[in-house]
Amino acid sequence: MYSEKVMDHFQNPRNVGEIENASGVGTVGNAKCGDIMRIYLDIDENQVIRDAKFKTFGCGAAVATSSMATELIKGKTVQEALQITNKAVMEALDGLPPVKVHCSLLAEEAIHASLWDYAQKNHITIEGLKEPKKDIHEGEEEELSV
Amino acid sequence: MGEIIYLDNAATTRVRPEVVDAMIPYFTEDYGNPSAVYNLASRSRSAVNGVREQIAATLEAKPEEIYFTAGGSESDNWALKAIFEANKSKGNHIITTKIEHHAILHTCEYLEKQGCEVTYLNVDENGRINLEELKRAIRPTTILISVMTANNEIGTIEPIKKVGEIAKEHGIYFHTDAVQAYGQIPISVEECHIDLLSASGHKLNGPKGIGFLYVRKGVKIGSFVHGGAQERRRRAGTENVPGIIGLGKAVELGFADMQERSERETKLRDYLMERIMAEVPYVRINGDRTKRLPNNANFSFQFIEGESLLIMLDMKKICASSGSACTSGSLDPSHVLLAIGLPHEIAHGSLRLTLGYETTKEEIDTAVEAIKEIVQKLRDMSPLYEDFLKKHSEKEK
Repeated sequence: MYSEKVMDHFQNPRNVGEIENASGVGTVGNAKCGDIMRIYLDIDENQVIRDAKFKTFGCGAAVATSSMATELIKGKTVQEALQITNKAVMEALDGLPPVKVHCSLLAEEAIHASLWDYAQKNHITIEGLKEPKKDIHEGEEEELSV
Repeated sequence: MGEIIYLDNAATTRVRPEVVDAMIPYFTEDYGNPSAVYNLASRSRSAVNGVREQIAATLEAKPEEIYFTAGGSESDNWALKAIFEANKSKGNHIITTKIEHHAILHTCEYLEKQGCEVTYLNVDENGRINLEELKRAIRPTTILISVMTANNEIGTIEPIKKVGEIAKEHGIYFHTDAVQAYGQIPISVEECHIDLLSASGHKLNGPKGIGFLYVRKGVKIGSFVHGGAQERRRRAGTENVPGIIGLGKAVELGFADMQERSERETKLRDYLMERIMAEVPYVRINGDRTKRLPNNANFSFQFIEGESLLIMLDMKKICASSGSACTSGSLDPSHVLLAIGLPHEIAHGSLRLTLGYETTKEEIDTAVEAIKEIVQKLRDMSPLYEDFLKKHSEKEK
């Protein structure tokens, strides 16, 4: 069902953990739908992401996309991190099964939510960053439960 | 080590070698069509009827009340759709439960579109229906009550004898989906006043693609598969002779050792449940503790999600299943776990382990160790667990 890369990132997830006094923390998803992702960022004065960590409650794909997302944003500037889309996360993992595409969207949302928290804490605006939705499954669930 | 630990016997079972041996001649030697006139055909015909008699005996039924089908889902579909069609003059109301298999629930949804009215009975926190609620649900138009003998996910055994009595008292047909229970616990269609019963071969170490529907003599029901005159004109299609023979052998073996197997599995299952409860924190058992299939254990581990747990168990060659949404292909976790009142996030963390006659204590021990390790690993990764620990330590301060 999963690519080798997904299985690798699920079995040996990179960057699991927390960052104390993080520059930004973002949590997305909800337990009702079975996945929650939290990303912690450590950002230096030049707006470069020095470190990123994550905690995820969810399926194999949710863990793997969190792991890959944190890998992709480490060392990037805030602006560069903002450009990382769910497609980039999926491609880096050699694809996801169709039913798991929402996990990659969750990863993108988690990056945005953590950047938003960073911007809020520092009273800055990051160009192109919108306030994250509280729960990306709101609406989606209603559509599916017809 | 290196061997697979198979703890998903409620999904399907390994066919017993004796069953395979019994089937083989019917592919290559006694392959005649039972409807033909020559001697070759009479051999397969009498073998098929032998199995019919044998199955009837296990249920206290008559041989002519047993109809072979392609399995549990066909039997359920047949029972519900054909009872609805044949009894329209009496009414259009069916009573069933919220925890039935999808073969029942999705058939009911289909029938609702055809003008059928369906009442879905609630269950308590252990998965048992309430008989008073059942009585209150009965209408003059009720034509059928369908309550499963035992649940496939949480193993809870339903009070089918009482349901049968209520159905009989009101002159309503009673169908039970016994796919999980047949061959695991004794069932008598006489004692329980069962009018229709569905069962399947591959849940009791028989082959896939074969099952049967028991239909009490006199029940008003039509055909489901139309065509030839097989199965007394009620189920067309050339008989799956090797399948029927395999089912017969599986039933013979399964009923011969049912009591001791059941005692052995109950002991192993209780040992499994006790170890998990004692050695893993924040876990609950789903389903009734005693009114339960001997081979079923079902847990919910807080703060983690079932699919991750299954993949990690699979990497250790342990086969199990979960009621998490990610394993069902939808966003909602199992309807059974929601019906017993579990919150979504607890239902997502469920794990079902179902034992078989070959399961050993060593396998249970290996599985318990693996579960302990994996649950901790996933909790260390879980934001829900992190939040829980933080709340906990704040309280202590």
